[in-house]
Amino acid sequence: MTAMTAADAGLLACHTCHLLHKSSRVGRDLTCARCGATLHTRKQDSVTRAWALLIAAGILYVPANILPVMETGSLFGAQSDTIMSGVVYLWVSGSWPLAVIVFVASILVPGSKLIALSVLLISVQQRTTWRMLDRTRLYRMVESVGRWSMVDIYVAAILTALVQFESLATIRAGPAAIAFGAVVVLTMFAAEAFDPRLIWDPVRKDHASDPG
Amino acid sequence: MIALSLLACPECDLLNRETPIAYGGKAYCRRCGAVLYRRTGDSLDRTLAFTLGAAILMIVANLFQIVELDAQGHHTSTTLFGSVRTLYNDGMGSVAALVFATTILMPVLDIGAMLYMLVPLKLGRIPRQLPAMFRLLQAVRPWGMVEVFMLGTLVSLAKLGHLAHVLPGIALWSFAILMVLVAAAAASFDADELWARVEAIRRRGV
Repeated sequence: MTAMTAADAGLLACHTCHLLHKSSRVGRDLTCARCGATLHTRKQDSVTRAWALLIAAGILYVPANILPVMETGSLFGAQSDTIMSGVVYLWVSGSWPLAVIVFVASILVPGSKLIALSVLLISVQQRTTWRMLDRTRLYRMVESVGRWSMVDIYVAAILTALVQFESLATIRAGPAAIAFGAVVVLTMFAAEAFDPRLIWDPVRKDHASDPG
Repeated sequence: MIALSLLACPECDLLNRETPIAYGGKAYCRRCGAVLYRRTGDSLDRTLAFTLGAAILMIVANLFQIVELDAQGHHTSTTLFGSVRTLYNDGMGSVAALVFATTILMPVLDIGAMLYMLVPLKLGRIPRQLPAMFRLLQAVRPWGMVEVFMLGTLVSLAKLGHLAHVLPGIALWSFAILMVLVAAAAASFDADELWARVEAIRRRGV
């Protein structure tokens, strides 16, 4: 009864089409026999790349929330809204379902992703075997939920394009939109860079022979 | 060179034995529960039908207006590309590129790659760049966000509904159906069926 990993058995799985190959000792990279993708035992420099992208996203998370995301001009003057003040405005003006959607998508989800990916990366670097199944589930959640943070970007895009009534009201996207877009993209790339198999590597018998 | 009845879990690397499953079912890794493979039971024909529908709707959705706004005698409307262009003209080039990529470019590449692979296979031929298109499909698929865009549009409509008279445009319905068709195509796509069809055609040709 095999209870071993592909890496233990000297097999490589293609990350694109999942075909198994025998790994050879040849120095150069193998390509998948079926779809041509480069084969790697584990995603290359997974932890390093994920940290770099995550830290960059973390840094940009600050201006994304502090700078204005939407600038409204009307007869009564100009008004700047950050993501949070936009949520508050929606809540106070009675549209609390909208407020919840924007709060979850634009503040809760990105923040949770930053925390979750940090937890995953630290735990992998510590080589702990703490709650491996739960951490895998955490990774799955991060992967699937990340894209929904894009909601606010689309809202800004539509509102900006529509509300262009010269002297009555205009809406423009603010600088936070750029930072926020970057945060979403960077966290998506960070999640893509992270190799969840690293979570399970500490229980392998022959862990010492792993490539980086 | 290839271990036929074993599969490596993409999330925990455990070797699982490939066992037959019922149509519509999924096989899960016995250690971590990741989905290893599934038998959708849908032929490639069905996936192709969804993809063709999505292709048509993609064109329609980008030609027409998404939303129209009437406020005190003034009337504005926009297509999806129109909002991209507005962002670009406002100096938000990177945001414009992001919106364009996730709502137009990636879905087009997704649908295009599927058509490139599925149409020749239906006609009994193997397209030359099939492996490259398969890799493109896998790379591009996570970045198509039409359903998130739909939610964003709904939120915008709700926000504007208070201020002015809002009219959904033809493109809005088109995007909604596009969203369903893209999801259906992805859900019915069985990669193992694809490779099996490629093998069958190759063997016939030899």
